[in-house]
Amino acid sequence: MSSPHGGARYEPFAGFDSVGGGSGRPPAPDARTVGLRAWIRDLALGARFAAGGGREGWTRTALTAVGVGLGVALLLLTAAVPAMMHTRDQKRVAREPSSAAYIAHPGASTLLSEETGTTYHGDGITGLLVHPEGPKAQLPPGVTAWPGTGRMVVSPALERLLASSPLLRERIPYPITGTIGHAGLMGPAELYYYAGSDQLVARDSTYHHGNADRIAGFGAHSNSAVMGPTFDLLLIVVLVVLLLPVAVFIGTAVRLGGERRDRRLAALRLVGADIRTTHRIAAGEALLGAVFGLLVGALLFLVGRQLASHVTIRDISAYPGDMAPNPALTVLIVLAVPIASIAVTLAGLRGTTIEPLGVVRQGVGRRRRLWWRLLLPAAGLALLAPLFGKVKGDVSLNEYQVAAGAVLLLFGVTAVLPWVVEAAVGRLRGGPVVWQLATRRLQLNSSSSARMVSGVTVAVAGAIALQMLFHGVDGDFVSSTGADTSRAQAVVNGEVGDSAQVASYVRSIAAAKGVSQVYGFARADATRPDASTLKRDETTDYPYLPVDVAGCPTLRQLARITSCAPGSVFLVPPDDDPYVHGDYVKFVRPGGLVDLNSPDSGAYHGKARLWRIPAGAVTAHPLPQPSGAQEWGVLATPEALGKAALSTPQAQITVSVDPKQPDAIERVRNAVAAFGPAVRMYTLHDTKEKSNYIQLRRGLYAGATLTMGLIGASLLVTMLEQLRERRKLLAVLVAFGTRRSALAWSVLWQTAVPVVLGLVLACAGGIGLGAALLAMVGGPFHVDWAGMGAMSGIGAGVVLLVTLLSLPPLWRLMRADGLRTE
Amino acid sequence: MSIGHTLLGLLESGPRHGYDLKRTFDERFGHDRPLAYGQVYSTMARLLKSGLVEVDGIEPGGGPERKRYAITDAGITDVATWLAQPEKPEPYLQTTLYTKVVLALLTGRSAADLLDSQRAEHLRLMRELTRRKRDGDLADQLICDHALFHLEADLRWLELTAARLDQLAAEVTR
Amino acid sequence: MTAATEPLLLATAVRKAYGPTAALDGADLTIRAGEVVAVMGPSGSGKSTLLHCLAGIVRPDSGEIQYRGRELSAMSDGERSALRRSDFGFVFQFGQLVPELTCLENVAMPLRLSGTKRRPAERQAAEWLERLEVADISGKRPGEISGGQGQRVAVARALVGDPRVVFADEPTGALDSFNGERVMRLLTDAANDTGAAVVLVTHEARVAAYSDREIVVRDGKSRDTERVS
Repeated sequence: MSSPHGGARYEPFAGFDSVGGGSGRPPAPDARTVGLRAWIRDLALGARFAAGGGREGWTRTALTAVGVGLGVALLLLTAAVPAMMHTRDQKRVAREPSSAAYIAHPGASTLLSEETGTTYHGDGITGLLVHPEGPKAQLPPGVTAWPGTGRMVVSPALERLLASSPLLRERIPYPITGTIGHAGLMGPAELYYYAGSDQLVARDSTYHHGNADRIAGFGAHSNSAVMGPTFDLLLIVVLVVLLLPVAVFIGTAVRLGGERRDRRLAALRLVGADIRTTHRIAAGEALLGAVFGLLVGALLFLVGRQLASHVTIRDISAYPGDMAPNPALTVLIVLAVPIASIAVTLAGLRGTTIEPLGVVRQGVGRRRRLWWRLLLPAAGLALLAPLFGKVKGDVSLNEYQVAAGAVLLLFGVTAVLPWVVEAAVGRLRGGPVVWQLATRRLQLNSSSSARMVSGVTVAVAGAIALQMLFHGVDGDFVSSTGADTSRAQAVVNGEVGDSAQVASYVRSIAAAKGVSQVYGFARADATRPDASTLKRDETTDYPYLPVDVAGCPTLRQLARITSCAPGSVFLVPPDDDPYVHGDYVKFVRPGGLVDLNSPDSGAYHGKARLWRIPAGAVTAHPLPQPSGAQEWGVLATPEALGKAALSTPQAQITVSVDPKQPDAIERVRNAVAAFGPAVRMYTLHDTKEKSNYIQLRRGLYAGATLTMGLIGASLLVTMLEQLRERRKLLAVLVAFGTRRSALAWSVLWQTAVPVVLGLVLACAGGIGLGAALLAMVGGPFHVDWAGMGAMSGIGAGVVLLVTLLSLPPLWRLMRADGLRTE
Repeated sequence: MSIGHTLLGLLESGPRHGYDLKRTFDERFGHDRPLAYGQVYSTMARLLKSGLVEVDGIEPGGGPERKRYAITDAGITDVATWLAQPEKPEPYLQTTLYTKVVLALLTGRSAADLLDSQRAEHLRLMRELTRRKRDGDLADQLICDHALFHLEADLRWLELTAARLDQLAAEVTR
Repeated sequence: MTAATEPLLLATAVRKAYGPTAALDGADLTIRAGEVVAVMGPSGSGKSTLLHCLAGIVRPDSGEIQYRGRELSAMSDGERSALRRSDFGFVFQFGQLVPELTCLENVAMPLRLSGTKRRPAERQAAEWLERLEVADISGKRPGEISGGQGQRVAVARALVGDPRVVFADEPTGALDSFNGERVMRLLTDAANDTGAAVVLVTHEARVAAYSDREIVVRDGKSRDTERVS
């Protein structure tokens, strides 16, 4: 009766078809060879399942593809950022005048250039006045022909702006002879022009005279701005916070239709597929979704890139062609996404054994362990802790350490969530029928509901942490300028011949419509009287003694003056700078001599122009200026100086405009533009924000919204799938006479309970990560309760919306025909 | 249905008078058709002649109705053979089968075995009909199907009886 | 059905309990090559469990099941899967067809899992569909065909790999008499032609009438008529 080798071959094992059952022993002699062909066949079969199967199958695959695709698009964008920055930097450098060395004489390839910028309704416009001095002068990038004298080539965006704004056209009146190509612009929205000018005079070797630089061509050395470690930290955390929910979402997306797939695989087990084959088939299914996802992602990226060219954030726009993902990173994404999706699928199958008669889920009744789940956030904290208080100044940040720490902390939240849900739900007893239906269902399968909300949890936790960090470093990025914008809105300065020219400038500006007040003075430098006799070399120290020349009304704006008449001179001590204070005490006194021929580039030139400070000069206290500065030194009426010539005087004009006239400031700009490129105007702001920081914050909100929407979509799909699985049960309950509203409530509770738990955990995790990040930048602990409430609210809202959206299908499923067997 | 075998079976539990036999028979099997005295005595006479029963004693007063019958060893063998022999499946068999089941229970034999062999016999015939149906024309098929449905009904009765044997045993031997 | 034929499947004292209830409590039986054996018994008697044990899908708690002299319990999952591909075929009441695949692809599946290329596998599958009189629905999905057609597709799939044993668990359970008989006739005819043994679990006598002999399972115990007689 017994087989010849029955006893010898028998070995005990836990159960039939367990994964471990066959793996330990060498392959049986009659086992079919599992080669490359079997792999290809099974993967293809899985792909066939993912693609076939009618509407439902397609919907599932499409959703997976969209989910993975959104993630891939985000990844590609991230991969394109460094290259984009690099391209922008290169383009910026390529059009910068090269000023490696002073060129004394015009040559065949030299040209004169001077930058002239202006602002129109908040948009920065950059212009370059140029004059080629020889036939071989190098054209700036993107320009095919020199604009003639009094003409200009413009960027397409500027051309459009000029056509629609007569006020601006007045300021930049040159006829347009051409446009600047891509190579010469950082983005399609950039406002840029090159204007030909014969008014340019090359500066001399001391840069004292002239209004333009003689240059050999374009293309300077890179000097890209570095934002410092705090900015790097923010950038890293934003990327982690945006990418992690996407990763979680991809994990959920590839699991869509899991129960149906398990049944299908069980049917295949019956006709003789072994466990490895079913795993390969499942991998094939996931693979197709991931590959479609890659295609969708590439498509989304390309489309988004085109759209991005129409978007300008804080003067920054980019050409689609410049947003090219790094090739190595692209290859990595293309390989990693399918592999990761397969890995997630196989990991999901680990807890289940697909038997020919159905699916056996292991671990039912086994309690979840907490300790290893707590290990993840602990490890994250351990990575971040050494950096506490270290992120400041110019230290370079270990990006990997920060990213890994943040990822571990956030993943810890998702790891702890299933335990929390199980522990909380397991204690629920009794209650009304609706509550009982919901909690019992949760007790039966708490992991799937935990998985459903894990994406929301990570997104909310990350967003809360970021908000805390933003709040903490606000002061770093938004700095007070000290300017008093209630007193003045703009200052104008530039080189002038004498104080009379300043007065004429003041008159022209005052003539502009909307200007309420304007005053200005000529600023010149003086130095010690014996400066001309000192040894003329680089080491000689010439004290800097400012001399401001203006009429009495203006001087009254600068210092507290009681009586003033033509010929008056006032002496204003510097506030508390000990270095200049010493010079002031030494040289600036009534009856003292100063040399008005002040050397401004370290070396003394020419002869001394001595001027004696009148003995009647009065000491006065300075008044704070609208620009935030305080004037000090000698304040003199023009009459007091008499014929003494100032060296390189600078106009300093302060302008106030009527706030009710919105274009007043533009008219002032027009007036100033007429003074030539040497005179510039600056508008005053109370605070100065660094634009990168604003972009970062906007990006975060946009990203968080997108992520939440994405998660909502996946939630809806999962929920509908669960409802379909239970349609018969629902129909039976309805047949019993259960009210539909009761079932709807039970569905709502079923989602609400894990969501509430998830949000509580998210708040805890978010505050934890936020506190760690704040500790790193040395900021004070502060919880942004409003922001936290908003983020949790959005999370809860998404879930509520999803539940509402799932009600109509629930209604349909509960109709009596649900009782019919298929 | 064999009256002779049934009466023999009833005698297995102990010697009885003819009148006694008739009453027991009527009680158990003859609900709608009581056994005539004449039939009892003529059957007993035949069984006596074949040596399956013997007269155990005659009560004073004489007359055939005073004879007490007892089963012989040959009689017991005969009952056993009869019970073990599945009936030829035919319509309205249940009276015989019921009698057999009850007798089996009364005499301590295995009623389940009896039912099993009867089922096998039914199935044997059903197989034969199925084979005929396969090879035959439509008329054959229809006729065979008719028979098959009847046999199937019998078989269902057999199944049900088998499922209730314990209950029945408790009732008969009470 | 001669005694001289080596038994294909031999079960001895098979016990299997699900929790505290014993589904099988000492079942014995013998299946020989080419015979059609009906496993009969009331519902809950352990018929299906016996079939699952015989096919190596479920591992008995004790007892021996030998297929062609080899103990099933001693085989690895891979070996038993290979056995299901090469030696066994299955027809269940419902739910065994893969809904995503067309009927033709469903039938070709066992061949493809055994390594046959797609074209020859589908050619063979088409032949079987024709033989079972369902060639016209080969391009349809299981959701689009009737129950009777579905069962005939399942029979085609069970037989396409030229198995030695076909396990059929209530193959007509969801069908009316007419379609049920048709499936049974096609199944037993095809099995006869290919020489496959059929283990037919049913509680219907008219279905069991297509068998050569029957085994009765009651309270987890089986009575093998061959062994009794």
